[in-house]
Amino acid sequence: MINLRKFEPKRFITNERSRGYAIQLILLCSFLGLFLFFVINTINNLENVGLASGYGFLADTASFDINQRIIEYSSTSTYGRAIIVGGMNTILVAVLGILAATILGFVCGVLRLSDNFLIKTIVGTYVEFTRNVPVLLQIIFWWVVLLALPKVRDSISLGETVFLNNRGVNMPSPIMEEGSGYVFLALIIAVLISYLFSRWNNKEFEKTGKRRPAYSLIIGLIVIFPATTYFLLGSPIGLEIPQRGRFNLDGGINITPELFALWIALATYTAAFISEIVRAGILSVSKGQVEAAKALGLPKNLIMRKIIFPQALRVIIPPLTSQYLNLTKNSSLAVAIGYQDLVSVGDTVLNQSGHALEVVSIFMVFYLSLSLITSLFMNWYNAKIKLVER
Amino acid sequence: MKMAEEKKQNIPGANSSGIKNLRFTSWIKQNFFSNVLNSTLTVLAVCLLYSALIPFLDWAFFNADFTGATGKECTASGACWAWLDQRINQFLYGFYPSEEYWRVNLTIILLVPALGYVLFDGLPFNKIGKWFSLFYPFLAAFLLLGGFGLEGVTTDKFGGFMLNLVAGLSGIFLSLPLGILLALGRRSKLPLVRWMSIGFIEVFRGVPLITLLFVAVIILQLFLPPEVTIDKLFRVMIMITLFASAYMAEVVRGGLQAIPQGQYEAAEAMGLKYWQSIRLIILPQALKVSIPGIVNTFIGLFKDTTLVIIIGLFDILGQARLLQSNPDWIGRVAYETFFLVALLFFVICFSMSRYSIRLEKRLNTDQ
Repeated sequence: MINLRKFEPKRFITNERSRGYAIQLILLCSFLGLFLFFVINTINNLENVGLASGYGFLADTASFDINQRIIEYSSTSTYGRAIIVGGMNTILVAVLGILAATILGFVCGVLRLSDNFLIKTIVGTYVEFTRNVPVLLQIIFWWVVLLALPKVRDSISLGETVFLNNRGVNMPSPIMEEGSGYVFLALIIAVLISYLFSRWNNKEFEKTGKRRPAYSLIIGLIVIFPATTYFLLGSPIGLEIPQRGRFNLDGGINITPELFALWIALATYTAAFISEIVRAGILSVSKGQVEAAKALGLPKNLIMRKIIFPQALRVIIPPLTSQYLNLTKNSSLAVAIGYQDLVSVGDTVLNQSGHALEVVSIFMVFYLSLSLITSLFMNWYNAKIKLVER
Repeated sequence: MKMAEEKKQNIPGANSSGIKNLRFTSWIKQNFFSNVLNSTLTVLAVCLLYSALIPFLDWAFFNADFTGATGKECTASGACWAWLDQRINQFLYGFYPSEEYWRVNLTIILLVPALGYVLFDGLPFNKIGKWFSLFYPFLAAFLLLGGFGLEGVTTDKFGGFMLNLVAGLSGIFLSLPLGILLALGRRSKLPLVRWMSIGFIEVFRGVPLITLLFVAVIILQLFLPPEVTIDKLFRVMIMITLFASAYMAEVVRGGLQAIPQGQYEAAEAMGLKYWQSIRLIILPQALKVSIPGIVNTFIGLFKDTTLVIIIGLFDILGQARLLQSNPDWIGRVAYETFFLVALLFFVICFSMSRYSIRLEKRLNTDQ
C-alpha cells in the first residue's frame, strides 16, 4: 500500500494498484481533453459558418423526391419523414436480402458437401468467386446489367404477368377487397391448430412410439381452410396484373432496378459466406453421431433433420446473425447506385441542409441500435442453447 | 502398402484396362448417378456448364475484339478489349505522372523483401532485413509522395489499383498492432481501459464503413481548428485502419480467450512482467489460433478499399466507371472493365485465403 506520510516515487510506480489508478487517470484526462478540444473546435467552426446546430431542421420541408417508398411521402414532406422513409427502405432491402441469402446459402452449403464432383465444383467456384470480389463492384455490376435490359415497350415477359425491362421488374400486386381479413384470419387459425396438433402428436409419439400421419393433415388444414373461406366470401383477394400500355406498363408493383440490383448483389454475396458457415456447421457434427443414427436404422432424411441439423444449428446461428448484420450494413452501399436507403437519403439531406453532424449521428444511432438488438438476440440465443447442453 | 501392391500384381489382369474401366465407371456412377436426385443434379450441372461456359468463352476470347482506338471500332459480337492497350496504365496508376511510374513499381518490388522478413525467420541478412521492414513504410511514403530531391506528387494524383494497394496495405500494417492493443484493453483489469476499448470496438464495428468515410470527409474538419487540414486520402486511410482494427480486435480476442488460464498463471509464476508474458507467452499462441480470422479481416479490408469511390476518389473501380462514361467507349466496355477489376481482386484475395489455410495447417502443431 502507499504510505502517504513518506511518499516514495519508486514504490508508487511498482505498486500494481496505484499504477493502475495512475494509468486510468492519465487516460481519462487525455480522453476528456481531446473531447473538449473537439467540442470547442466544432462550436467555433459552426459559428464561423453561421450554422445553428440541433435537430430542429428535421421539421423543414425536404423538397426532393423519393421514388422508392413504403409510406406516404412527397416533396413537401419534412426532412424527418424523408429520413424515416430512407430507414424503411434500408430495412426493406435488408429483409429481402436476408431471406434470399439464407435460402441460397443453406442450399449451397449442403450442395458443397455433396458427393457429386460436378456440383461441388460449380458451387465451390460460385462461393469462392463472389466471396473474393468487392461487394460494391457486384452491386454496380448488377445495376448496369439491369439497366441494359430492353425498354419498357419491348419488356421481356414471363407469361404476360411478370415483366422485365430497364425500369426494373413489374409484378402483379394483390388487391384487398372487403372480407380479405377473414382469409388471413383463417390462415392464422389453421397454422395455430397445426402447431398445437403437431406438438400433441410429438408428445403422443414419445409416449406410445406410434406416429400418426401428421403431414397430410397439416398441409390439408393450412390449404383447405383458408381456401374455403376465400371462396365462401366470394374471392375477396384479387391480383392486379400489369397491362402493356402504349408507353408504359399499367398497374401491378414495380421493383426499381436499384432495389433489384442491390437485392441480387447483397443476397448472392452474403449467401456465399452463409454457405461456408453452414458447411462448417454440418462438418462440426461428429461422425459418430451420424454412424450411431445409421446404426439405429434412421432413414437418411431423418438423420439430416433430427440428428445433424439441430446440432449444426448451434454452431451456425451465431456467425449467421453477424452475417445478417453485415448484409444490413452493406446495404448502405446503395448510395453508389442511387437506391434511396437511409444513407442515400441522409446524404441528400446533409447536402441540402448542411447539418452534417446531426445527420451522421442519425446514421450511427440507427446502425448501432440494429447491432445492439442483434447482440441482445445473440446473448439470449446463446443462453438458451446452453440449457440444452449437458 | 507394399503387400497390397504385390497382391494386386498377382491378380491376373489387374493392370489391364478392364479393371481400370470398371473403376472409372464405378467412380462415375458413385459420383454422378448414385440416386435420382444426384443424377438430376448432374444433368442440371452439365446443362448449366454448357449454357454458361461456352458463351462466356466465346464472349471473352473467340468473338472478342482486341484492337481499335475507340469503342466504335469494336465491331465483334463479343468483348471489346481494345481499351486495355490505352488505358491499362490509368487503371493501375491512376493519374500518377507517367514518367514517375518507376517509383510506384519500386515501392511494390521493395514490398517483397519487407514482407518476407516479417513473415519468415532465418532468411539471409536477417538482422538488417528486420530493420529494413521496420523502415519500409517511411521509404514507401518517401517514394510515393516525393520530396528530398524527388519530384513531389500530391495524393490527389493517386488512383487506380495503386490507391487500393496503398490504402489496403497501410490499413493491414497498422490495424494488426492497433487491434492487438484493443483486444488486450478489452480484457484489461482496469475498468476504464476496458470500457473505453469496448466502446471503441462496438461503435466502429456497429456502423457501416461508408458512414465512417463520411465522417472522415465531412465531419473531421469540423473537429479541428480551421488552420489544421489533413490530406483527404490520409483521413480516409485513418478511418479504414480504425474500422479494420475494431474487427481485428475481436478476432484477436477470440484467440486470447482460447489460451488456458494456466498459461497466464505459469507466466506470472515464472516472474514475467505483464508485457513480457504477453509478448513471449500469450501472443505467440493467441495469434496462431486467430490466423484465419486475421487473414479474413485483411481480405475484407482490401475489398472495402473500393468504397472510396463513393467519396470521390478514383481507385480501380472508379477508373472503370470513368471509362464506362467516356464518350469514346460508352456502352461498349462495361462488362469488360468489371471483369478485369473483379479478376484482379479475386486473384489477390483468393491467394491470401489459400495462404492462410496452408499456414494454419503448418502451424497446427497439436497433432
